[in-house]
Amino acid sequence: MRLRTLKAVALKIGFWALVAVLVLYAVFPFYYAIVTSLKPSSQLFEVSYWVDSLDFSNYVAVLSQPTFLAAIRNSVIVAISVVIIALLLGLTAAWALGRVRFRGRTTVMMIVLGVSMFPQVAVLSGLFEVIRTLDLYNSPGGLILSYTIFTLPFTVWILTTFMRQLPDELEEAAIVDGASPWVTLTKVFMPLLWPAMATTGLLAFIAAWNEFLFALTFTLTDSQRTVPVAIALISGGSQYELPWGPIMAASVIVTVPLVVLVVIFQRRIVSGLTAGAVKG
Amino acid sequence: MTAQESHDTVSNSPRHEKSDGGAAGPAGTPRRERGTRVRRQRVRAAWLFLTPMLIGLLLVAGWPLVRTFWFSLTDASLSSLEGSQFIGLENYLVFDDGWYGILADPLWWQSVWNTIYFALVSVSLEAALGVIVALVLNAHFRGRTLVRAAMLIPWAIPTVVSAKIWAWMLNDQFGIINHLLLGLGLIDAPLSWTADASLSMWAVIIVDVWKATPFVALLVLAALQMLPSDCYEAAKVDGIHPVRVFFRVTLPLITPALLVAVIFRALDALRVFDVIYVLTSNAASTMTMSIYARQQLVEFQDVGYGSAASTLLFMIIALVTVVYLYLGRRQLGGGQ
Repeated sequence: MRLRTLKAVALKIGFWALVAVLVLYAVFPFYYAIVTSLKPSSQLFEVSYWVDSLDFSNYVAVLSQPTFLAAIRNSVIVAISVVIIALLLGLTAAWALGRVRFRGRTTVMMIVLGVSMFPQVAVLSGLFEVIRTLDLYNSPGGLILSYTIFTLPFTVWILTTFMRQLPDELEEAAIVDGASPWVTLTKVFMPLLWPAMATTGLLAFIAAWNEFLFALTFTLTDSQRTVPVAIALISGGSQYELPWGPIMAASVIVTVPLVVLVVIFQRRIVSGLTAGAVKG
Repeated sequence: MTAQESHDTVSNSPRHEKSDGGAAGPAGTPRRERGTRVRRQRVRAAWLFLTPMLIGLLLVAGWPLVRTFWFSLTDASLSSLEGSQFIGLENYLVFDDGWYGILADPLWWQSVWNTIYFALVSVSLEAALGVIVALVLNAHFRGRTLVRAAMLIPWAIPTVVSAKIWAWMLNDQFGIINHLLLGLGLIDAPLSWTADASLSMWAVIIVDVWKATPFVALLVLAALQMLPSDCYEAAKVDGIHPVRVFFRVTLPLITPALLVAVIFRALDALRVFDVIYVLTSNAASTMTMSIYARQQLVEFQDVGYGSAASTLLFMIIALVTVVYLYLGRRQLGGGQ
């Protein structure tokens, strides 16, 4: 009997130790970025595990750079536009794919799924040409257009999944009342799909906010860059003296909004991820 | 619901047909006739609603892909895309007093090998670790919501930022990882994680595993939460060891979800770009197919050659996808 309680206690301690290790592993790098960002440059090269100073000079240094502010503005413009466009196109497509039975539907679904597997680099040269022809090179417009390739497929998939879960009776009632498909979509379905749209929009926002390859290739000047590119390209006097303090401050600035959003909406995000099994 | 499953419901669900036929017509119109009229109207509307999405995908995926194929058969350069000439398969392989072209380039083959190695190692680690995290998150304990939120943080952080944070932690002189390992006596001299050719691939894998494990864990967790509880109670009553229960009951039941997570991660790993570009730039020891292709395209301005590399990468990924879809369908067909 005593052996059994001893074993139970050991198991419990082991379990909590495992939880502690996993949480530490997940959170520590971001925590360490915050610790580093709050250090004056003189202490930067002494390793410390705790926040032992509250020096905001790195944040001041980053935020007083006009190019970094421009990068934040560009990222906000691009990410919000991408969310709006992806939701608009995704919602109409999801109605068609989720609620109407027609010949070729499976084919369209397969095309959408296929596009979500495209390696971005495989369309790089072709897309470069399209963007230059449309005169969108080195502008947020080019990024908004190119991000469609990875946001639209998962937006359509997730919204279709949610659209299919809505009861048929709603639509039947709308048809009896003589509502057109557009009215049915906007007046009947959209109010019910707000949670799904919030989830999908958030995932699209995160994807657009984080994108790097297209942003690196389709922009040329500092004032047109997005934040990931701006952070990747922060450099010091030489390769060996990177300004780690400002880099960590910039990293914290662009990450905090995302972490807050994700923590608030975590349940939604889990259901969205499992609905679309989209990439992270 | 997984991609594969929802695809299957597409082809099997008869309920929308029923809903159309069930719409009652006004007096005077025969029910059936009105049903088909509504139905035809809905199909027309469906195509109309799909048009913007299809145009969008054509503009950013279909047409650019066709152009990339075409460029791979030309000598196009970034500054003169229009004035390019058709040169057949010379970008891929050509004999001109020795073999030239991508398929004869040792760096290309190294980048293929690097990509496969990276994908295999990181996805296996992510799958194993993801299952462990999911099992922990599935247990009932105080503060579970908080722990789950904490596990999501790596997934939320932009890849470039995670690469930078880890680059700082793995810094050879001032990095906390070396500091920690030295303190524990595991190493006696600081390691240069991102510069040393034998370590840099591991540095990249460490970052990718950290960032992507939450994604695998979430998909597995969703599957765990749908498992029936009665077989666990039966196992408990019979006194079967939990480890045995895991391998005999839990693992087979979560395998479909785990497979979906693994294939999504594998496709991401095969086209990996940003984490490596930021952490080790164009170093040969970590060069992947995407890095190789972009270097040719943008830095060397050789659009023809770079497009050929992109095309090969696309074909490899398409092949993996087709194999996956085939296996997935067969497995689903056999299981039901």
